[in-house]
Amino acid sequence: MEIIVNGKPQSLDIDPDTPLLWALRDELNLVGTKFGCGIAACGACTVHVDGVATRSCILPISALEGKKITTIEGLSESGDHPLQKAWLEHDVPQCGYCQSGQIMSAASLLSENPSPTDEEIDLAMHGNICRCGTYKRIKAAIKTASVSK
Amino acid sequence: MAIIKTKIGRRSFIQSVGLAGGGLVLGVNWFASCKADANSIKALPKNWYNFNGYLKIGENGIVTIMSPNPEIGQNVKTAMPMIVAEELDIDWNDVIVEQANLDTSLYKGQIAGGSQSIRASWEPLRMAGATAKEMLKQAAAKSWNVPVEELTTASGKIIHEKSGKSEGYGSFASEASKIAVPAEVKLKEPSAYTIIGKSKKNVDGQKIITGQPLFGLDYKSEGMLYAMIVHPPAFGLSLKEADFTEVKKMPGIKDAFLIDSYTDPAKKQWCDVSAFDKLAVVVGDSTWKVMKAKKMITGSFEPIGDSSIKVPFFGSEMEIITPAGLENSEDHTKKMAAPKQKTKVLRKDGNPQEAFKNAAFVLERSYSCPFLAHSPMEPMNFYADVNDERAILVGPIQTPEFMETTASERLGLPKEKIDIQLTRMGGGFGRRLYGHFLTEAAVISQKLKAPVKLVYTREDDMTNGVYRPAYYATYRAAFDANKNLIGFHVNGGGIPESPLVENRFPAGCVEHYLAEEWEIPSNITVGAFRAPRSNFIAGAEQSFLDEVAEYMGKDPIDFRLELFERSKTNPVGTNNDYDADRYAGVLKMVREKAGWGTDKPGVHRGVSAYYCHDSYVAHIFDVVMNEGKPIIQKVTTAVDCGIVVNPDAAANMSEGAVIDAVGHAMYSAITFKDGKPLQSNFNGYRLIRHGEAPKDIETHFVQSEISPTGMGEPSGPPAIGALANALYKATGKRFYHQPFEEEIKILG
Repeated sequence: MEIIVNGKPQSLDIDPDTPLLWALRDELNLVGTKFGCGIAACGACTVHVDGVATRSCILPISALEGKKITTIEGLSESGDHPLQKAWLEHDVPQCGYCQSGQIMSAASLLSENPSPTDEEIDLAMHGNICRCGTYKRIKAAIKTASVSK
Repeated sequence: MAIIKTKIGRRSFIQSVGLAGGGLVLGVNWFASCKADANSIKALPKNWYNFNGYLKIGENGIVTIMSPNPEIGQNVKTAMPMIVAEELDIDWNDVIVEQANLDTSLYKGQIAGGSQSIRASWEPLRMAGATAKEMLKQAAAKSWNVPVEELTTASGKIIHEKSGKSEGYGSFASEASKIAVPAEVKLKEPSAYTIIGKSKKNVDGQKIITGQPLFGLDYKSEGMLYAMIVHPPAFGLSLKEADFTEVKKMPGIKDAFLIDSYTDPAKKQWCDVSAFDKLAVVVGDSTWKVMKAKKMITGSFEPIGDSSIKVPFFGSEMEIITPAGLENSEDHTKKMAAPKQKTKVLRKDGNPQEAFKNAAFVLERSYSCPFLAHSPMEPMNFYADVNDERAILVGPIQTPEFMETTASERLGLPKEKIDIQLTRMGGGFGRRLYGHFLTEAAVISQKLKAPVKLVYTREDDMTNGVYRPAYYATYRAAFDANKNLIGFHVNGGGIPESPLVENRFPAGCVEHYLAEEWEIPSNITVGAFRAPRSNFIAGAEQSFLDEVAEYMGKDPIDFRLELFERSKTNPVGTNNDYDADRYAGVLKMVREKAGWGTDKPGVHRGVSAYYCHDSYVAHIFDVVMNEGKPIIQKVTTAVDCGIVVNPDAAANMSEGAVIDAVGHAMYSAITFKDGKPLQSNFNGYRLIRHGEAPKDIETHFVQSEISPTGMGEPSGPPAIGALANALYKATGKRFYHQPFEEEIKILG
């Protein structure tokens, strides 16, 4: 079957029930999308499906024929999405493992709502756990990116 | 212990013994080979010249600095090279940072634990930079035919002021790398620092935000297979056999079998904690296929018997008692709260028995907390490629040096044939001090004679043990008729370990003092969890002191400052494990920064201070009530960790530690029924989320020239006390038993 990842058609010869997460990581070598829980409860695996933040760990590739998938590797040409720049400006990451999922959720939020309030950020980001506790900086970075949009 | 107060003197000369010149030529790292470092805007040199294990310099002046210690998110990968760069006197923009692999011939103490990386490496890192700088100066002096004393350095250049000559390090790198390592070098005065103390961005930042391979789980090799394990469903059970018939027929499955990850328990080290040594393993060609197959494995289990082993632990011996049985949280709670027949007295000053007998009033309070799962976001995993000749082990591990010993023993290969490569870790918090997953991966690879990546599911990770112990402590304070504090008694313990640290504050400040502990053995395995022991006892102690101050009618900060004064002017006992001035210093600073004492309508404040892992931290929490729900509006923090190497990153660590501590105290618990953990993933096990974090955290550092101490842990423990004290002001109720959310729910 064929899916479109970061603008490129990719044909996959794997079990149709394979979650997108493992297709990306094992088959396409796109390891920026992370495995955290496998039950869509932590947000580490967040990607965009047709522009909307989606947990890839429980999403079978059979549901994705012809869909446009964007991963952290394809969010911007050279790592210069306003959120990525803001993430560096605020030096957000500690361990860094959850951050690609955080950025993908935040990017989906800003595309819907370019200037979210604190409460809207909390709500949209609720599904993304950061075990290191970088929540304050994530929020600051989202606000920076939303202003600079 | 001695508090490090030693200022680096103007004439600080140190021996550079142990720093080998002309170190090894470094191979290409898999991660680096995936994609050029986005930060490497600079041109790479044609030749590298090795000066020591920490640095090499190219002919164009570009410097590669190795970060020796494991990176778990504490950002030593930025801070450690900063220290080398400072003494080398180089432009930070000309530095490339690489993660070192385990190499005991070049580095000492490659461990991420106890917030000790920076503290322990402060001297070797500076030596590495300073000796290389001296060698470059000597090479320049020879080349220019001038006395070396007339040369100075700045930003990667050697300067001879008299003649006006100035040239980059690169021109002298080749010659300098051949010079004998100088026996003595002069170190910079802190006032001359240009890199240390100036915030530098995380060196892996660009890779993190663009999703480049960095972590253990991201590592791959040609022909690598994937492996998963099945362990017994409950503590107190051992895997007897497993039926693999159906599993082996599944597509993509290469093999399935049983392993014994530790064949000889007597040879276990402290970091080999593992409840389930016998495991069922399934191996296949993709993670998903293996994950599906794993669910089809049916095992049979048998109860374990009583056992006990003694393991060496940093110069002493630790006994690990494992009783048989299937344990329940209900029984744990009852056992911890029940009066103890036998306790071990850790410290006794004066005559506490008499003081309490004669007291006009005794205040007694008990505190508790549950087991916790570390739950770093990257589940346990390790890559192993083992054959008869050698083992290559790659992945996230906080204790590579210890695990090399374990792997050598278990695989029957000499240590020099074991190559442990360090990846960035998706969190650790102590969990990856215990490397059974490394051993398991190695044993699986040895059996298969193929490269294999062992991956734990979140459920495997969360139900495997190595938890933060459950703790309990009862505090008593004795007062005379004038409400003076005359006696202090703490009786604490845990399952299976005690949280007590007997020589910490308020020991030394109270005339009659008693600290005693007890332990209840359990077959539920535990391990160090970020700020071990302190992560509970600090909150309990600081909450209790708040009640003591309240009873005495004193401001909680003034009350503590009076105690510190006592420990300075007329200390009780001799073994007081803190510096009263630095302790009082952070309290005074936080008082000033937060404007303590000025009433803000609707804002309820709590304060706390603690000393652990060699740093001092005080917090003031501001809580507001919103529709009956407490909201942490602001946290003001004061930190004394000596010299602050990378201030913004240190603030990040402190903020994270606060959020981590608040989250666990409020929401998290692992509980057991018949030995089975009742939480196995983030749907049942609560971690703090975005909207629950403090709305603002402001971090202040004490300006200091004292040698730096680590920031991974110290800010967490006092946060729980300040939270509980602010919650009391906000709700009128004291919070004694974690997770506090349960008690807030009761409040309605």
